[in-house]
Amino acid sequence: MDSIIESFSKALSLILSLNRELWGIILLSIEVSGTALVAATILGLPVSALLGFKKFPLRGMIITALNTFMGLPPVVVGLLIYLLLSRSGPLGFLALLYTPTAMIIAQTILAFPIVASLSHSAIVSVDPIIRQASMTLGATPFQISLAIIREARYGIISAVIAGLGRVMAEVGAILIVGGNIAGFTRVMTTTIAMETDKGNFELALALGIILLMISLLINLALYFIQKRGVEGVNR
Amino acid sequence: MRLGIEVSNITKKYNGDPILRNCSFSFKTPGVYILTGPNGCGKSTFLRISSLIEPPDSGMVSFFSDGNPVPADLQLRRRITLVLPKVGVFNTTVFKNIAYGLKIRGIHRREVEEKVNRALEFVRLSHKKDQNGLTLSSGETQRLGIARALVIEPEILFLDEPTASVDQKNSLIIEEIILTMKKENGPTVIMTTHDQGQAKRLADTLLVIRDGVLSAGGDQK
Ligand SMILES: Nc1ncnc2c1ncn2[C@@H]1O[C@H](COP(=O)(O)OP(=O)(O)OP(=O)(O)O)[C@@H](O)[C@H]1O
Ligand SMILES: [Mg+2]
Repeated sequence: MDSIIESFSKALSLILSLNRELWGIILLSIEVSGTALVAATILGLPVSALLGFKKFPLRGMIITALNTFMGLPPVVVGLLIYLLLSRSGPLGFLALLYTPTAMIIAQTILAFPIVASLSHSAIVSVDPIIRQASMTLGATPFQISLAIIREARYGIISAVIAGLGRVMAEVGAILIVGGNIAGFTRVMTTTIAMETDKGNFELALALGIILLMISLLINLALYFIQKRGVEGVNR
Repeated sequence: MRLGIEVSNITKKYNGDPILRNCSFSFKTPGVYILTGPNGCGKSTFLRISSLIEPPDSGMVSFFSDGNPVPADLQLRRRITLVLPKVGVFNTTVFKNIAYGLKIRGIHRREVEEKVNRALEFVRLSHKKDQNGLTLSSGETQRLGIARALVIEPEILFLDEPTASVDQKNSLIIEEIILTMKKENGPTVIMTTHDQGQAKRLADTLLVIRDGVLSAGGDQK
């Protein structure tokens, strides 16, 4: 019991002392997950729009695949990227294994299906009358699609935030492809996993507290955005 | 000068069920055309087809100006508009709802603001301009729909039951709006209603659909 309390107070003083190592880890986490999220959004939004507005062969299969990949186990993604990037792998010549870039790639793959699939759901659940209304007002097909996307905006923002929640909390993929190298590829979740293993609880606890706070912020943002979306719709 | 519509031999089926059968009519003189008929007879369908929102199964909708045919392209579509029975309000302010048609035409912001404010005044919604359009009452929603349509200065305005589920007071406001447009040489109005009194008050030409067939129900005035 005493040791838990002691660890907690040491963790708090670590946070409050703005420990350099600690902040380096936090910043890298935000950088990796943030970049991955931006990439997943840039890739995911057009895909969700395409699936929402165009009819083409295999469309249903792609939607099912995206839904399935939303629950992709991070360790499996990590393993696959590892095999691709390892020195003997097909992309080994890029020398990306154990770099932040490899971690960004892994997290982009994890976030992409979430952003694409949830945005697609948001787009297709827009009332069809919106399409008709913008058509009656003289919109081009492209402008009609934009009007529908605008109606889906709260759902799309929620999709992006859900993607962020997924990658911020994830440890399996980035541990495998990043290697948790101090000062280079160490992020919050991997540090927590490794330091706990070593019995080094203060740093792990400090990072755990911060990770919890970040995840609380993400969920608060999600809550307020969904609330705003619903307020607009309820008469 | 004035845009006219020629509807010829329109047929429309839904799930094999014929709704409109060989409907033809020529809307060539300006004025107010009122379309009546029992529930489910195909009035809304007729409006959607004539306003190019939906294609007919067979037959043609053609447009002409001064007796010359006008191709049914985007430019033409932007000279006509339909206010849907449920309007289809965008989840944004009343002002931005009305501005939409001008924005997509690439009209400059200052002009948009001027025109939207004028339209808001015309339908008496100026005091609601910053409110979310989805929170309006049914009567206000219909007026929003009319303002959103009028602001693009259509030459033909289709109105699908603008006064259904609207109280007496709002219904009269909407009738006044239509009569004012007529007086000011506004757009040709083609509208549906179930209110016979209203039909008589507004119509220059009465039309009726019965058993899928469109016919003139006798001229007023
Ligand atoms: N998209 C559609 N799919 C299938 N059936 C349709 C569709 N649109 C209309 N119908 C059917 O066509 C018929 C005519 O519908 P429409 O809405 O044109 O009637 P209406 O004259 O406007 O009726 P109301 O007075 O109730 O508004 C109805 O039986 C309706 O169920
Ligand atoms: Mg109808």
